[in-house]
Amino acid sequence: MKVYIFKRLVIAGVTLLGMSILIFVLMRLAPGNITDMIFESAGYVDEADRRKLEAELGIDKPVVVQYGRWLGEFLSGDLGKSYRYDLPAWEVIKPRLPVTLELAFLALAFSVLLGVPAGVISAIRRGRPIDYALRVFSLAGLSMPSFWLGMIVILLLVRSLGWIPSMTYVSPFDNLGANLFQFLLPGLAVGYRSSALIMRITRSTMLEVLREDYIRTAWAKGQRETLVVWRHALKNASLPVITLIGIEFAFLIGGLIVTETVFNLPGVARYLVDAIQFRDYPIVQNLVMLIAVVVVFANLTVDLLYTWLDPRIKYGKA
Amino acid sequence: MAIRSIDLAVPSTLPPERGWAGRLWLFLRKNPLGAVGGVVVLLLLLAAVFAEVLATHNPIRTSTRVLVSPGAEFWLGSDNLGRDLWSRLVYGSRISLLVGVASTLLGAVAGGLVGLASGYIGGKTDLIAQRLMDIMQALPILVLALVMAAALGPSLVNTIIAISVVIAPRAARVVRASVLAIREFVYIEAASALGVRHTRIAFRHILPNTFGPFVVLVTAQLGGAILAEAALSFLGLGVPEPYPSWGRMLSIAAAEYAQKAPWLVIYPGIAISLAVFATNLLGDALRDGLDPRLRGD
Repeated sequence: MKVYIFKRLVIAGVTLLGMSILIFVLMRLAPGNITDMIFESAGYVDEADRRKLEAELGIDKPVVVQYGRWLGEFLSGDLGKSYRYDLPAWEVIKPRLPVTLELAFLALAFSVLLGVPAGVISAIRRGRPIDYALRVFSLAGLSMPSFWLGMIVILLLVRSLGWIPSMTYVSPFDNLGANLFQFLLPGLAVGYRSSALIMRITRSTMLEVLREDYIRTAWAKGQRETLVVWRHALKNASLPVITLIGIEFAFLIGGLIVTETVFNLPGVARYLVDAIQFRDYPIVQNLVMLIAVVVVFANLTVDLLYTWLDPRIKYGKA
Repeated sequence: MAIRSIDLAVPSTLPPERGWAGRLWLFLRKNPLGAVGGVVVLLLLLAAVFAEVLATHNPIRTSTRVLVSPGAEFWLGSDNLGRDLWSRLVYGSRISLLVGVASTLLGAVAGGLVGLASGYIGGKTDLIAQRLMDIMQALPILVLALVMAAALGPSLVNTIIAISVVIAPRAARVVRASVLAIREFVYIEAASALGVRHTRIAFRHILPNTFGPFVVLVTAQLGGAILAEAALSFLGLGVPEPYPSWGRMLSIAAAEYAQKAPWLVIYPGIAISLAVFATNLLGDALRDGLDPRLRGD
């Protein structure tokens, strides 16, 4: 098992290297660079000034040199400089991290807390009114764009309470109440949608597992329903559920981009869009690489959890 | 054939043989929610096909009658450029359904095959396939779409490709997880001991058993794809003008007029939600009907 984990860590490194090449190449396929953006807004282009700026920024060097320099800096923890803000990239990213992390954490928590119990109850009461009610509720969540849900919520709040979403971010350490008020609705909007996916996959795998012989044996032994369902069945049904939560992690970031935009939250996800539009390479590359690191290690954790949850799966042989 | 003759030997316990219409009726009666979903999907498809007939205005022609409330002239009101919202919604169904179906099929089939090969063959194939999937999954959909939009210019085809690329690794992961578990079953060992070829084991013995989770995934992704197109277009990175896309209608411009003309926000959102809701209902019913282990109870 130790050998397997070591192997996987090496492979994770290779994956991230592939990712870095892919992102670097993709960012440069796009026509134009930051100097175009800067000079476009000035309305006047002096070729000499432009070349000077390009040399200053290091984007006049061959692509391979640029890539090597970036990778070296990233590995040593240097996130480079934001061309657009003329600040170290980390200075731009740092204040935005807690916003996105808090939103992501709330959304993930909501989705699991809503999704897993709903899926289990729906499966054990299959075909009953509660099953239909839960399925319709969860399907409605899956069907509404989270940014639209956000827009409607804001529309209703403004109409009924005259409340306008706060323009500035309130830190939880300054005012916990105001902070939660700010994050609860967007967190719920993103989490409600993810919970529907978790509920569906929980229900469908629970229905399968509940038909297995060992469950019938457990019933026949006269075990209590709670024990059979939540201990015996749910443990074996959790494999696809955990796969989905792992995948959801990467997808969540996409949901955050639009949600942060709609709710006016100054998070990393929303800033990523701005940075891409301005071809602010250091910000984009480093943000995407950071996301990739998180996703790769989330997937690794999920794979390792498989063997613990389902001993029928053996990895050592591979 | 042998099995059929055994069936015929005990006719008293068999239900009467049904034609396809009878089976469809039985399926719909057992899945009322699925039936509702199917009808709505059918209606949306009809709306997409007969958009010219249903639309009351030219969906892209602007007029001076801006932000008119819903009424006799504009059934669902008009937008900030004086275009009829109802006509735009009707034409928008074409874009949403086309992007949704095309990207889902492309992504799910490619991803599913990769997942099957990855889970069944294992070893180096599994590792390489999983690493490629990891790389693709580590790319948030909007990053890829943004870069493609910048590099190739936002277009219908690029939007489809961008969304299918996001769906493929999810399909691969789900199919692979099922295959890993199924591979360990005794009947696979038995088939292998009988000398059945690997491709036959993979496609005949394993693949059909991954179908349940696969259909749930595909239908969930179909809705997801429609939503992804909406999100991309909402950010101005998806299907470009002049195509009327539901997501595009909700974009920043509409948000600006939300207080003055709430119908601009409400109706396109309802259209998206309804389409996704219907495909999800249908998908759930298909799942219950298609999974052999759940049939006949």
